[in-house]
Amino acid sequence: MLKINKAKWAELFAALSAQGTLYLPAEVDGKVDFTVWQDGTEVNLQATQTAKSIKNVFFPQIENLLDFKTDGLKLSVEQRMLPEEDTIAFGVRGCDVRSFEVLDKVFLKEPIDAFYKARREHCTIVSLACSTPDETCFCGTFAIDATNPGGDITTWLVGDDLFWQANTDKGKELTEKIQALLAEGDAAGVIAQQKATKEIMAKLPLADFQIDPKIPAEQEKVFNSAIWKQLSDSCLSCCACTYVCPTCHCYDVRDFEIDNKVERFRCWDSCMCKDFTKMAAVNPRVSRLERFRQRYMHKLVYFPENNEGTFACVGCGRCLQKCPVSLNIVKVAKALGVAKDV
Amino acid sequence: MQKIAELIKKEAESLLKENKVTAVWAWQPGEFYYDNSPVCFTAPEQLDKLVYNEFCPSNLGKYLMAGSKKNETMAVFAKPCDTYGINQLIKDHRIKRELITVIGIPCSGMIDIKKIKNQGVKGIISVSVNGDDVIVTTAYGDKNFKKSEVLLAKCMSCKGSDYMIADKELGEKMEVKCQKLNPEDGVKKLEAMTSQERFAFWQQELSKCIRCNACRDICPACSCEQCIFDNQEAAVAGKASANTAEEQMFHIIRAYHVAGRCVGCGECARVCPQGIQLGLLNTKFAKDINEFYGKYQPGADDDSKAPLVDYKFDDVEPTISAKGVR
Repeated sequence: MLKINKAKWAELFAALSAQGTLYLPAEVDGKVDFTVWQDGTEVNLQATQTAKSIKNVFFPQIENLLDFKTDGLKLSVEQRMLPEEDTIAFGVRGCDVRSFEVLDKVFLKEPIDAFYKARREHCTIVSLACSTPDETCFCGTFAIDATNPGGDITTWLVGDDLFWQANTDKGKELTEKIQALLAEGDAAGVIAQQKATKEIMAKLPLADFQIDPKIPAEQEKVFNSAIWKQLSDSCLSCCACTYVCPTCHCYDVRDFEIDNKVERFRCWDSCMCKDFTKMAAVNPRVSRLERFRQRYMHKLVYFPENNEGTFACVGCGRCLQKCPVSLNIVKVAKALGVAKDV
Repeated sequence: MQKIAELIKKEAESLLKENKVTAVWAWQPGEFYYDNSPVCFTAPEQLDKLVYNEFCPSNLGKYLMAGSKKNETMAVFAKPCDTYGINQLIKDHRIKRELITVIGIPCSGMIDIKKIKNQGVKGIISVSVNGDDVIVTTAYGDKNFKKSEVLLAKCMSCKGSDYMIADKELGEKMEVKCQKLNPEDGVKKLEAMTSQERFAFWQQELSKCIRCNACRDICPACSCEQCIFDNQEAAVAGKASANTAEEQMFHIIRAYHVAGRCVGCGECARVCPQGIQLGLLNTKFAKDINEFYGKYQPGADDDSKAPLVDYKFDDVEPTISAKGVR
């Protein structure tokens, strides 16, 4: 195992940044979020989590796809360049690392999403093991090991040392380029930290939280359950949960007219929105109950059904922190688990 | 608060058992003591889940809109601050007064868990509140706080313990004990800035927006059947945070629209996942209205004419520039 002391982190970030745009957790406007590193960036590797997920880097909230221009009767179409710059996502926690597995199943399946694919291929993911899990964390529910989060390179922050281990060819390639900064390290500290972190996790309120197997298995019963009414009655139908979620991936494509030109862009959409999947003829989900149910059916039933049992949730807990009325996937899954009609 | 919770439960039970109402809006616990959710109880046997403690910040009034449309009889438990929003919704014809029973419940201030967590507290297992002492048990050890120092910003500018509407009041009235905050102080700071500084401030603040609409959806003054920002035919329909100008328009239009109706509940700022100081915009309008038309508190009643929809001879005149001159 390799390591690098805090005293050399500034050099490390500069060296990584020379290899590609470096995204890492940093203090921005009083919050910790993935930010492009520059000299002076207030890097924060202590925060258990970033406010928004790493999804924003690979699947931005808004991006332009095409431009249309008219010149008299002539129409020209110009495709936007694919985002092919090399990037490094540093300090990604285990839950967010797993979110790529979910997003890949959506965007890298035919028809492949060229923009997502380009970003994914040009990014090296450097994960950061958790050592101070929060009460809202429940990655264990999805068999994620937060103390060994994977990615192209795994790092562990133990005291003032950042331990470093390359996992993939991409990770090894990047490691070679900055090798001069890294020293040999003893894995004992990492192993001790992993043990201590697991002991903390076992004490947390969601340590034993499991999604009842009957939920993905009993699609029809879950869909028709009476519990949706009471749950959805309290939902405000805002999009906070979907926008902070690392696995929510629905988007809308729209045209925007500006200076004799039309920009076709895509932007995140949310099943909580009134017009979600509104089509020419009809909106298939007219009530709040139907829209609310869709979000959880998608995550807990439809997605696993279509993707070998993978839930579209990684237990990051952001929806637990951000919902204005404290509704969230844990509450919903628990309610379904004890519902008499499921 | 435990005592009040018992009173609330008893009241809810008798309302439902005696079929005085078909639904009761209250709060139910979450996973961590601090994450109670609003909930609609429809049967007495559900009431063992009812909770009331220092973590019930939501105003339940807006939930009465859906039931009002269906002519359902509903009871709602309302803290003193919540009653302003309920009155406003009645005045805006979104809640039918004859359908609702408002039960006033005392409040000594709600705790802001974010203030506790921002001090590096993680892994919360339980919270216990005794008077001004807040003990937070975490997986990393216990932490002690003073309730008066970790109250929600909206509680630090509490409007008082009186109910603006209540068919019944439970328990003894309580006071919020803390260093009081005047929301107008923040506005005064903004007013002291040059227009460039102020523009830069709002540019910075509003560029954080992710257009989740939580501020709009929680707001008791935002009660349009169809919001213009949800209208797909309108060019302003905004799902995307397209650029800073668009977010500015959303928030500024919203502030204009609720001017004179915003009760100053502070919920918009509380629920913002990005921590935008949204209340400042509304407080600025409220302050101007007070200065131009005399002191007015939206939601203090359900029948007064709001200054912006009323005309009096001595109303302030807008500054009119001479024809052709800018």
